[in-house]
Order: sequence, then structure tokens, then C-alpha cells
Amino acid sequence: MAEIVRPIPEVTAELRPFFDASKNGQLMVQKCDSCGVLRFPPRRMCSECLSRESSWTAVSGEGEVYSFIIMHRVYHPAFATQVPYAVATIKLKEGAKMLSNVIGIDPHQIKCGMPVKVSFEKLNDEVTLPMFRPVSSA
Amino acid sequence: MSLRAKTAIAGLGITKMGKNYAHPNAIGFAVEAIELALADSGLRRTDLDGILVNPGLTWGADLMASYTVQQVMGIKDIRLTATTNLGGASAASLVMHAAMAIDAGMASTVACVFADAPLKPPKPGAKGGGGGAAYGFARGLNAAYGLYGANSGYAMVAQRHMHVYGTTSDQLGAIALAERKWANLNPMAEFYKEPLTIEDYHNSRWVAEPLHLYDCCLVSNGAVCVIVTSAERARDLKKPPVYVLGMGQGHPGDDPVDTLASGAPMAKQIAFKMAGVELKDIDVAEFYDCYTITVLITLEDYGFCAKGEGGPFVADGRIGPGGALPVNTGGGQLSAYYMWGMTPLSEGVIQVRGEGGKRQSPKHDVCLVSGNGGILSTHSTLVLGASA
Repeated sequence: MAEIVRPIPEVTAELRPFFDASKNGQLMVQKCDSCGVLRFPPRRMCSECLSRESSWTAVSGEGEVYSFIIMHRVYHPAFATQVPYAVATIKLKEGAKMLSNVIGIDPHQIKCGMPVKVSFEKLNDEVTLPMFRPVSSA
Repeated sequence: MSLRAKTAIAGLGITKMGKNYAHPNAIGFAVEAIELALADSGLRRTDLDGILVNPGLTWGADLMASYTVQQVMGIKDIRLTATTNLGGASAASLVMHAAMAIDAGMASTVACVFADAPLKPPKPGAKGGGGGAAYGFARGLNAAYGLYGANSGYAMVAQRHMHVYGTTSDQLGAIALAERKWANLNPMAEFYKEPLTIEDYHNSRWVAEPLHLYDCCLVSNGAVCVIVTSAERARDLKKPPVYVLGMGQGHPGDDPVDTLASGAPMAKQIAFKMAGVELKDIDVAEFYDCYTITVLITLEDYGFCAKGEGGPFVADGRIGPGGALPVNTGGGQLSAYYMWGMTPLSEGVIQVRGEGGKRQSPKHDVCLVSGNGGILSTHSTLVLGASA
């Protein structure tokens, strides 16, 4: 189980393939069927070519910390015992960026450019959230 | 000078009307209508450099509807954007704004759009609504990852700026200190009587690290109004005219965490050309300052220093009282008052008139004013002058 009890995201029809894959230990992002650009979260339309056609594609789960911030303030009680924690923009090796947490490291040791790998944290039977850990300590 | 026959409507797009559930929300309909009008006119998406939106009732909390449309359609380098609502008179007003802008050389091809989706599909479970969540630059699942508050976007930009260019917390603090020193000379400022030291700055709580409390703007009650009239008429009124010498907009449509830049370079190009000024002509600058990092990036983007050198540029007190470039002479939104774009504009008017009292810039013939919205998403430039 993940150490953090947090708001459980709604498993919408659009997000179901993502959460199903996460549950099975696979990171998926959306891929434009027309121009091939990867994106996350899922959108109805590609901002590059305007195509409405897309599918889900597996990615390696490897990437780097593109930027990050450290949250000190408790905006939700679930995070009261977690502050300070890091929220990061992760740049995946395949190109897409996604928001996540960097865990398994003191937030003040995180650096932009640090290589990270996905780590699946189970919240409940339906929702597993992909987070990221530094490669060296993964 | 007449606007007669200066512009024309070149394309028309009408979606299916009535119980049409083709899109989950009004944004989807707006995009479809723009595509139809482009096809009707033979223009391409890349020909558009203006988007004016009159949002219907169901745009909800989307206060930047025209920017949302730009972002959804991936349109780059927009020169004119506005979300306008004057009820049933709106649509014609959009065309008027577009015509004036085109005549003024601020844009060339402007999409004017109204969209709404108040009808819900009859089947339960086929949900409509949802605003821009289905589109956009959102990284997704923010709450689940513990991301809250409006400060996070600028904090993410600041962290990346520190990584790429070596900008430091001390340098951001130098901006907070400079603005506070200005505020200490401005009786209207919230922090008029409260000095700020670099120790105070570092000891202030993290709002979203790397942003301290004193990197962030105030929250204020109040209102600001400016009255604009013709130059000719203004000369006959009580106060010395503050001439609008130049104006421009720039809305890059890029991810600011990638570019670490605002739309200032685009906006400046039009505004400075219109005003006939260069950077060296600027006597005083009033910049939008929701955060210290915004001021730093704005300085870079206008070219007061090279990209990435904003930190060293501000470090020695250059933008504070007595410095070579007076910036945010009233204390700005960081230390005076938070009236959105009216904070820099109001102080610009005061400076050009020479009414700044103890904080008056000795040279104030030409004042640069900037506005900024979203996360470095929208940018506006005014060049104000004491002489026509």
C-alpha cells in the first residue's frame, strides 16, 4: 500500500485504460493516431494536428524530473503527515510530461534533470497511482 | 480617420443547432465553429492571430475562455485575445473590436466566436459539462498528487529557471526587497510602514517551495478605474494627459515551464514600433508582479538583460529606489496592492504625471506598463508618455 492516503481520483471512462494499466504495473499515455504525439492526461483532441482519434500506448516509465515544487502547506488533511512532499513535472523518456510525486527521497535532495523511474503505489483495489523514484534508489 | 471598408467578414461557420450533443461542453462547439469558418473562408488555422470569445452561460468558471480556445486548438503567437460579455450586444462588439485592432495593425485575422451548451443529453450517465478539463495543458490528477493552490505553476517555472539559468533565492528576494523599498515611499501601499530584510524574506514561510511568502502578491479589497479619452480632449482636461503611445499583446500558447518566457517579446514588438521608442527610451517600468519570478522573466523578455540573466540583473538593487532602472515604483502587487493589471497601470499613470511624491522617478517621459495572465500565458504592453 502507498504510505499516503490521499484523494482518490475518479476512474472516468476516459481514464480507465490508464488506471487498468497502472494496476497491472504498466504506465500508459495517450497517443494521437494521426501525428503520433504522446500526451497525458487524456484529451479529446490533439493540440498539434486537431485529430480526435487517439489510442493508449505503453511507455517505459523512465524519465527525468523536469521541474518540481515542495509543498509545505496542508491543503488536504490526507497530506498532513506528508509535508513537506514533492510534486513534480516528469518528462518521460518518450517525450510526454506528466504530473506526479517523487518519493523515496528527501524532497530537498531532488534536482531537475534527476533520472527517475515509475513506481506504482496502490491506493485501493481500483486505483493505483504511478509515482516516481530516483533511479539510484529504485 | 474612418474605418469604413477597412475590414470585411471573410468566413462563416455554423454548427448544428439545438439538441446537439456532439461535444461535451461549449469549448468543443467553439472549436468546431472556428474550423467550419476557416474552411468556408479558405483560411488555415495558422492564419489566425486573434481570438475573441463571447462565452455563453455554461463556460462556468472559465474566466479566460479565449485563451482556452487558443490552447485547445494549439494556435501559436496570437496577437489579440479577449473574452467579452455585454449580453446580446456582444457578437457585433467582437467584430468591432476586431476591425479596430486590424486597422491599428495589432492583428490581421481574428476569429470572433460565441458558443454555449446549456442543453443536457437525455440519457443519464452521458455526462456533459466539465469545462476545459478534457483539453489543455493540465498535467492531470492534481489533487491525488497533492497539488493545490494557484502558486504551484509559477513555483514550477521558478524551480526550472533556477535549474537552467542558476537563478537563486537571494536574487528573487532582491526583487521583493526592491519593491518593498518602493512601498516604503508610497503612503497607499499596504506595507508602507514595514521594511523587509533579506533575513525576513528567507524566514518567511514557503508558499510552494521555491516560492516564499514574500515572493507572492498580496490579496486586496478595492477598485481602480482609468478613464480613456481622445488625446485632443485629454489636453483640455484638468490633469496632464498620459498618452497611450503604443500598445500590443502577445500570447505564446506554449508551456511556460518549457520556455521560461512570457509573451512580452511579441507584445513589445508591436507596442514599441507603434510608440516609436526603444528600450533605452524607457524611463520607468511598471510590471505585472504576481510573483517575483514574473518580474524577473519580464525584465528578460523586454530585453533589459539577456535571457537567463535576470537574477544577476536585479541582485544589486538596480530596480529599487536609486537604482538605474526604476521598476514597480509604488511597491507593486508584492508590497502595495493587488488590483491585477490595474496595479502597474495605475502607478504608470502616477509616474508619467509626476505625482509620485517621494517615489517619483526623476525621469518619467516614457513609462512601460505590462500585464500578464495565467501562468505567463497572456501578456499586454502599454507604452505611456508625457508628450504626444
